[in-house]
Amino acid sequence: MKIALALIASFFSVVLITENNGPVLQDPDQVLQIQKGIDNNLFAEDNEKCLVCHGEPYFELADTATGVIRNRLMCDDYHVDRDEFYQSNHWSFACTDCHSYDFEIFPHPVSTRLEEPYHCNDCHGYDEQYARYQFEEIQIEYEESVHAEIDGFSCWKCHDPHSYEINIRNSTSLGKTILYDNNICLECHANFDNFQLLTDKEEIKVIDSHGWLPNQSAHFTSVRCIECHTGINESILVAHKLLPKDKAVKRCTECHSSESRLLATLYKFQSKEFRADVGFINGIILNQSYVIGANRNIILNVLSFIIFAGVILVIVVHLFFRIIRRA
Amino acid sequence: MTRRLYLYPVWIRIWHVINAILFLILIFTGVSMQFAGSGGEFSLIRFDQAVAWHNVSAIILTFNYVVFIIGNVATTNSRHYRIKKENFWADLFAQLKFYAFGMFKKEKHPFPVTYEQKFNPLQKISYVLAMYVGMPVLIITGFGLLFPEILVQQFFGVSGLLITDILHITMGFILSVFMLIHIYTCTLGDKPATLFKSMISGYHEEHE
Repeated sequence: MKIALALIASFFSVVLITENNGPVLQDPDQVLQIQKGIDNNLFAEDNEKCLVCHGEPYFELADTATGVIRNRLMCDDYHVDRDEFYQSNHWSFACTDCHSYDFEIFPHPVSTRLEEPYHCNDCHGYDEQYARYQFEEIQIEYEESVHAEIDGFSCWKCHDPHSYEINIRNSTSLGKTILYDNNICLECHANFDNFQLLTDKEEIKVIDSHGWLPNQSAHFTSVRCIECHTGINESILVAHKLLPKDKAVKRCTECHSSESRLLATLYKFQSKEFRADVGFINGIILNQSYVIGANRNIILNVLSFIIFAGVILVIVVHLFFRIIRRA
Repeated sequence: MTRRLYLYPVWIRIWHVINAILFLILIFTGVSMQFAGSGGEFSLIRFDQAVAWHNVSAIILTFNYVVFIIGNVATTNSRHYRIKKENFWADLFAQLKFYAFGMFKKEKHPFPVTYEQKFNPLQKISYVLAMYVGMPVLIITGFGLLFPEILVQQFFGVSGLLITDILHITMGFILSVFMLIHIYTCTLGDKPATLFKSMISGYHEEHE
């Protein structure tokens, strides 16, 4: 079975070798059909040559002249978790699809270590197979975001290619997706060690800076950070234009209203029942959550107006007879 | 001749006025939240202010409700909330008939106010339902909305938060309608303002 899957994977793989032994692009629809995992990766054995060091917390540094061998800590930035990698979006890749073959030389030459890494659009941009994901538009959004102003920031800071998984598009549990996505932000914004590697700004106290939010924990577990911290872009699936903090959404009714922005953000993928005429307005939100002001039942609304109007009418009629009969 | 009966002791009057003010705030802020528009076009007040006022008023209302319960247990006021099974429907119908027809024909009140019988059958059943069914549902569901983390996530496949909120707004609506009718029926004294004055002075007054 595993061999059959591997054969299918190789059969459907669209190989695009670039000048520098570049990335292997694979048909995303076909790859999605194959079960992720090390057993179905055609290059797992080759990858082990890298992961023997980069997949471990320690690596051995040996001096061939003296025969001295020492264990050294593998820096976090260069550590690749096997389990995460083989469950990530790029699970089917060989390390050398993206990294130079020169990395097979150990110790790695400085010139190799200084190679310019690929960016998302080097593989995903301007390609019909990925057109529907609009990576080019995402790039434009990113360049307008506050993250783009930071030296050394790139797509990889949020979307580690060795572990990143598409979440919202294939989500079966919105709660888990929200947790996964928010943890990406909190990796830096709630971890000052990581944060200060990129900026000299003061430490952000996430809990304190969101102290104004009623039911803070309910908000943190029910929506993603980007719901309020990005501008809405109707043409792409997930907004990437991170706004300055003073531009973040603070008006409750942006979400808590019949025109809730959550329909254009968090619930964009599930908005089939979008603004139904009968039943719950913004009914899709009800699948996983309930947003006061955004969810209203049309039938209950109409019924309440009828009852209220009926009571007023009875009172007016009663009052009328009281006046004319002086009762 | 004017008959005067001391029916509303100080604690009831204080409880009642606090309850009335808080209820009006809760209706105002509740409607504002429920019908909020994204541009604030349907909001009576700003959403965050509505939430704050609603929460604070609701907490005070809850304490006030506890005062009502304790007051009823500690005093004899609870006797006015005991419903008798015998002639229940007949009495209720007689009172309804009086409001619908009798009072226009200058008929005598079928259940005149006495020290032992402060409420007529219609008042009694509506007050019992409002205070012992409506208020607890409103308070418990409101508590659930204030602390959504304590709610059941899913109940038979439906969001626990949704069920709680639907119950809350439905009961809020029913009690709002009750309040409207309550205010109107309070104009049915000897003069339109007579019963309102009773809740200030404590004395029920009527011409014999």
